[in-house]
Amino acid sequence: MTDETPKPPEDAPVTDEASKAESEAAADVADKAAEPASEPKPEAEAPPKPETSAEVSEKPAEAKKVLTEEEKAAKIAAAKAKAAAKKAEEEAEPKPPWEEKPVPPERKDATDDPEVMALAEGIEGSVLAAARFAGDLTITVPVAKIVEICSFLKTERGFSFLVDLTAVDWPEREEGRFDVIYWMHRFDDEFRLRLATVVAEDQIIESATGIWKVADWMEREVFDLYGIVFVNHPSLERILTWEGFNGHPLRKDFPVEGIDTGAAIYPDVYPSGGGPVVEPEKNPEKGDKA
Amino acid sequence: MSGPDTSLFDIEEMEINFGPQHPATHGVLRVLVKLDGEKIVEAKPIIGYLHRGTEKLFETMDFPQCIPHTDRLDYVAAATNNQGFCITMEKLLGISIPPRAAYIRMILAELQRLASHLVWFATHAIDIGAITPFFYNFRDRDEILDLFEEYCGARLTLNTMKIGGVPYELPEGWVDRCRAVADGFPAKIDEYETLLTENRIWKKRTIGIGVVSPEEAIEWGLTGPPLRGSGIRWDIRKVFPYDRYDEIDFEIPIGKNCDTYDRYLVRVEEMRQSVRIIQQCLDRLPDGPIVARSPKVLRAKEGMVYGSVEAPKGELGYFVVTTEKSTKPYRCRVRPPSFINLQALPAMVKGHLVADMVAVIGTLDIVLGEIDR
Repeated sequence: MTDETPKPPEDAPVTDEASKAESEAAADVADKAAEPASEPKPEAEAPPKPETSAEVSEKPAEAKKVLTEEEKAAKIAAAKAKAAAKKAEEEAEPKPPWEEKPVPPERKDATDDPEVMALAEGIEGSVLAAARFAGDLTITVPVAKIVEICSFLKTERGFSFLVDLTAVDWPEREEGRFDVIYWMHRFDDEFRLRLATVVAEDQIIESATGIWKVADWMEREVFDLYGIVFVNHPSLERILTWEGFNGHPLRKDFPVEGIDTGAAIYPDVYPSGGGPVVEPEKNPEKGDKA
Repeated sequence: MSGPDTSLFDIEEMEINFGPQHPATHGVLRVLVKLDGEKIVEAKPIIGYLHRGTEKLFETMDFPQCIPHTDRLDYVAAATNNQGFCITMEKLLGISIPPRAAYIRMILAELQRLASHLVWFATHAIDIGAITPFFYNFRDRDEILDLFEEYCGARLTLNTMKIGGVPYELPEGWVDRCRAVADGFPAKIDEYETLLTENRIWKKRTIGIGVVSPEEAIEWGLTGPPLRGSGIRWDIRKVFPYDRYDEIDFEIPIGKNCDTYDRYLVRVEEMRQSVRIIQQCLDRLPDGPIVARSPKVLRAKEGMVYGSVEAPKGELGYFVVTTEKSTKPYRCRVRPPSFINLQALPAMVKGHLVADMVAVIGTLDIVLGEIDR
């Protein structure tokens, strides 16, 4: 460290904190300038901090009283140089990432990604948008072409493994309420790709079970929890809730505390207290909220 | 009314319910099986008996509050569940964790893998009729649970990781005790193997049962030991290394014949590799902070991320969607390995006997807490 930092003048304070040194030097200078004829500062006041005591004792009394302009300038310059050196040192040796403030990932446009371009070339009008966030590539595709796109990705682009299929509910969104998300993997270069497609509440989507068998239960789950209908699915039944359960629990308008097995939303069809579906005319009492 | 009554000789298919209260279904799995004699014509798993709406609950909680709920997904492997969630959140928030925290996480995760595989070993063996391994496995699992208890106070639902690192420093002497457990473990695995690996009954019950070809395994989306048992060398720890797995030297065992016996061998070898990982982590355990610098209130940007870890059952993924400046997940999907592995059950048991279905359920190593969420 002594090699890199500029040598301070003989009487400049050598402290750890460069900024402290600078301010001290400045204060010192100011003191001397204000009252040059006063008696020497009592020793007790001079060492407020242990590191300055040595410096004070070394200084000759007459030198302390009369500080020339040059000396003042030299002191300030030395302190400034020290501060600069410390700053440079910090820059040269950055803090480890876990001590830095976390930097959240940014969403970036990825329409020029080779994978996106390959899909856009393969199927006309298939890429509506493409973005990269936290290393994951997401391509937004039209719902009408979803099966065509998936089978193209599987056969032509090698995405043989469907990792996950799920949905997200955006009740307020204008272009369609649900996002259906496909998350697929390619073994050749261990690359993962996410497809997102917007499905409106009254819209249906074609099933991907013909392409990946694994989509079967995943689509059943999405149907169960969101009420999105997948056509051409071999057996689109509820999977986590029971048959006769009313409502779709992961929709945002479904209460977190739950409902009385359907009675709360459709009292005409579902009797209060649960049980099988009753025809509306056979259920005289309107179900109450639990 | 003419001719003799031949109804007694009619071959009828019988439908029976296997579970949900059956000891060999590892919880509340119900399988509706159509039988021809004792041969399975069709099997249909029916799940959801343990559905607690965890994904819905996640949407109501701040990010750190979600972590205890992840414990309850795969309740025999809580540490890897925590790890998966924390890794996903760190990816979302841009936090990088200090090396000591990463090493502690790896030690805990591998101990957890050992504990989980011991439960699998014990229950799988007891389903097929070998009772003895159970006592050996649970005796040794207790040592691991003691280590967990000493570290975080809990034995099962650990809640042992936090976003940005781990919550506690290792207790004094813990490293030595952990090393003692790890060093003694290979001998114990040998002991289990003497009970089953060359056991003729075990081999007869497992060889050629529940065969899944590599192509089918990918088609069915299998991950973890069922995928590796089908001969595909694929492990999230190698493919997308998280924490510091890229600094550790370990092997990924694979099977050859794609059957229940090979999946058994794969898991046993995985236990040995876990021990190796623990020993290396203990040797290299660096000093330093155990938690990264992060804001008190975690606020995410708008976006969607997916993070996954190699849980004992397979690839455990979390898919988190957030809105701008939110402190809660807008949507948190769990990709449970058991749920997706179980889907292959009907294809795996078709044509086998009922007793073989028990073996196949055991070899899939399912946990219903994770399937039903």
